[in-house]
Amino acid sequence: MQIDVTINNKQISLTVDFNEFLADSLRKHGFSSVRKGCDTSCCGLCSVWIDGKPTLSCSVLAFRVAGKNITTIEGVETEAEAFAQILAAEGAEQCGFCSPGFIMTVLALKNEIPNPTEEQIIHYLTGNLCRCTGYMGQLRAVKTYLGVNT
Amino acid sequence: MKIVGKGIAKIDAINIATGKPVYTEDLAFKNALVVKILHSPHAFAKIKSIDTSKAEKLKGVECVLTYKDVPNVRFTLAGQSYPEPSPYDRLILENIVRYVGDEVAIVAAVDEKTAVKAMKLIKVDYELLEPVLDFEQAIGHSSVVHPEADVYCNFDIGMNKDQNIVSSYKLEAGDVEAELSQCDVVVEGTYYTQAQAHAMMETYRAFSYMDHAGRLVLISSTQIPFHVRRKLARSLNMPASKIRVIKPRIGGGFGGKQTVAVEPFVAAVTLKTGKPALLVYDRKETFCSTTSRHAMRLKVRLGADRDGFIRVVDIQGLSDTGAYGEHASTVFSVVGDKTLPLYNKTKAVRFMGDVVYTNKLPAGAFRGYGATQGTFALESTVNQLAGKLNMDPTEIRLKNLIQQGESCLTYKNKVLGSSTLDRCIAKGKELIGWDDKYPRREMGNNKVRAVGMAVTMQGSGIAGIDTASAEVRLNDDGNYTLLVGSTDMGTGSDTILAQMAAEILETELENIIVYAADTDVSPYDPGSYASSTTYVTGMAVVKAAEDLKRQIIEQGARFLETAPVDVEFDGLMLQTSDGSRSMSLEKLAELLVLGMGNKQLVGNATYGSPVSPPPFIAGFAEVEVDKETGKVELIDFVAVVDCGTVINPNLARIQVEGGIVQGIGMALYEEVRYDERGTLQTNSFMQYKIPSRKDVGSIRVAFEESYEPTGPFGAKSVGEVVVNTPPPAIVNAIYQATGVSIESLPATPEKIYMGIRNNNH
Repeated sequence: MQIDVTINNKQISLTVDFNEFLADSLRKHGFSSVRKGCDTSCCGLCSVWIDGKPTLSCSVLAFRVAGKNITTIEGVETEAEAFAQILAAEGAEQCGFCSPGFIMTVLALKNEIPNPTEEQIIHYLTGNLCRCTGYMGQLRAVKTYLGVNT
Repeated sequence: MKIVGKGIAKIDAINIATGKPVYTEDLAFKNALVVKILHSPHAFAKIKSIDTSKAEKLKGVECVLTYKDVPNVRFTLAGQSYPEPSPYDRLILENIVRYVGDEVAIVAAVDEKTAVKAMKLIKVDYELLEPVLDFEQAIGHSSVVHPEADVYCNFDIGMNKDQNIVSSYKLEAGDVEAELSQCDVVVEGTYYTQAQAHAMMETYRAFSYMDHAGRLVLISSTQIPFHVRRKLARSLNMPASKIRVIKPRIGGGFGGKQTVAVEPFVAAVTLKTGKPALLVYDRKETFCSTTSRHAMRLKVRLGADRDGFIRVVDIQGLSDTGAYGEHASTVFSVVGDKTLPLYNKTKAVRFMGDVVYTNKLPAGAFRGYGATQGTFALESTVNQLAGKLNMDPTEIRLKNLIQQGESCLTYKNKVLGSSTLDRCIAKGKELIGWDDKYPRREMGNNKVRAVGMAVTMQGSGIAGIDTASAEVRLNDDGNYTLLVGSTDMGTGSDTILAQMAAEILETELENIIVYAADTDVSPYDPGSYASSTTYVTGMAVVKAAEDLKRQIIEQGARFLETAPVDVEFDGLMLQTSDGSRSMSLEKLAELLVLGMGNKQLVGNATYGSPVSPPPFIAGFAEVEVDKETGKVELIDFVAVVDCGTVINPNLARIQVEGGIVQGIGMALYEEVRYDERGTLQTNSFMQYKIPSRKDVGSIRVAFEESYEPTGPFGAKSVGEVVVNTPPPAIVNAIYQATGVSIESLPATPEKIYMGIRNNNH
């Protein structure tokens, strides 16, 4: 079927199967930042924004986003890179495979919770798994980025 | 030093972090065939017949391959230098399946839906065999996992396959029994370490195509491009010169990608069809059909005198390699290699035992590589000994540790070149607040907090075996290209190797292009494993850069019309000692590739180390245990590391933090479970729990640098040693808190609660 969506502020018509997940549709259309790591909505790698809210695109049927606004990391390049620079300064992107989904969640956190506590940061990002960094460097980077001192 | 020792960001950081198309799947052609594997539903069975005709007739199916369609040449998937010590006990596909998840058929179709549909149309008739599922029952079991006659070993690894023994091993110095009888105190324990899944975020995947010259090109998420090429050549019965393996960015490896997984399947499809082919294992296949850490049973006996000097270390092991023998003998020997030298007031030491085949997921290389299992068993027993002697666990270690300049019973003629482990212990004690917190504090509400600790060592590269080469080329514009065959899996090795080259050539990091790895272009490197990249490849890079620098000065002298000894080079300019004549490096580079009689300069080096110097860590855990439920909360973990000179403190720190979290996972959460038929139950992140952000408490890392005389700029390795201390340190803290000794990992609330209950009755 064909659906009209806005992806990264561009109107796009997507041809999708009735049982196709959004993550696959996005990858198929060249959004290489969207990764899949688990198939069970556990890892957070496929996180994109739907109408501004971070969402697991592996668990949303593509046809359900008809008429909605999808944002991938390719659509927030400047903000993403600003945070990526801080992440890189910590060395905390490591293999980088989980980074796009993680960064999308971090940017959403910034929009959603002003002046978060460390506990709030950890809670907000818990759904984003990482097997390389051990999370500490990511936390240092997020705190630097958000100006959190605690 | 200007660049070595600086916490520089990784050279590929921004592109990998922001989702640019740089990984294997991103690089696959859009029209690539989708490859799917039909996996065995049975733990042990013979394929009586297999009918692929219906699947082949399905529109869009390009090929269906079974055991009848692949060469009958046995090989090993283990990524090791040739001749590999792992047995050649595999075929790409075989008429026997040896575990649930073993490969039965390869399907290639124009899209995923067709491939999946085709798989369901394959009819397989199995003759079920009695599987060997309990590794403690494997030796002498009525079923033989490898009944075939043509299993081949390059070395005598003690195989007795009719008994399901893939390897037997013994390392002994002194008379263990006689010395034990002289000891004032003897403690013993039997420990079980579980299989552990690598769970790297990028699952296994490979993409292949035929190039313009009719050669097979394979793009693969692998740690071992050169070994992959050799294995493909053998298993597919074709010359290695017809194969090119390219390694793009890798989404994590942890040793998993040191074992070949999916590459032979896509290669077989491309060879059969002539078309590009892509295989991406999903998470379930990654859990069920690749490799894990070897599960082991380790019985330890320690003998000591009344003053706390450890006189005897005796470890008897049994290791479960699963259905195939990848890394079976080598992981096992490392258990002893990295534990017996740690304490050297010993009079006798021994490590011995067997590695057995079972009908379960094969085991393979995993960060720590046997040292992890050995450390858990040894350090848990040392903690027990400390308890029995009423000594502080840190004191008993300081009393017995091997020191810089000493040798030990198992490496008699080799002197330890560097160690600051004693300082690591002192620093760790201070950071965790040991003297205030040891052993425990009641917190109220039935909660108790306690601290525990452990130490460990690893190696740096495989001494006398793995050899790396490096090339540094002076380009026409005065910049450099560094060519290496090692693999950056996210560790930042490309960056630190560039830091080393830049330091020698006195240039900035951005003037060095790093290319790794492509078997057509890169010089030979065994790949990134065994904690070798910084140490072994690093030394090759240093020597190659020095070689190039010498040539730059030599050629500079030619143009400046003087002798090389009279030329000074500062990275930018070449000038005569008296300052009368000079030229820029850029100009020299230009002249060397222009006109006549010149030559482009390439620095070369090959390096293999006769020793494998150990990095060390002292790990300290603070836990809070709920005595009513057995639940453990990890409050704080402190690791103090001696990895020699720290080449890049930021990247090294992340390596340490990440390894510790993997160790925490092994200690508390990660549990591989099978049902009674041998089917893996923990086949998703729903069932197999790796730590999340909320599970790890606070982790703090400090370095106590030493200077390793055989390492580049004094460096040793850091990648593997980091995973070893959390299991014994956390289990020690749980013991201090509750009196419960956890001898089988993971330390689940159930085990702790039952232990508390049993102690109270």
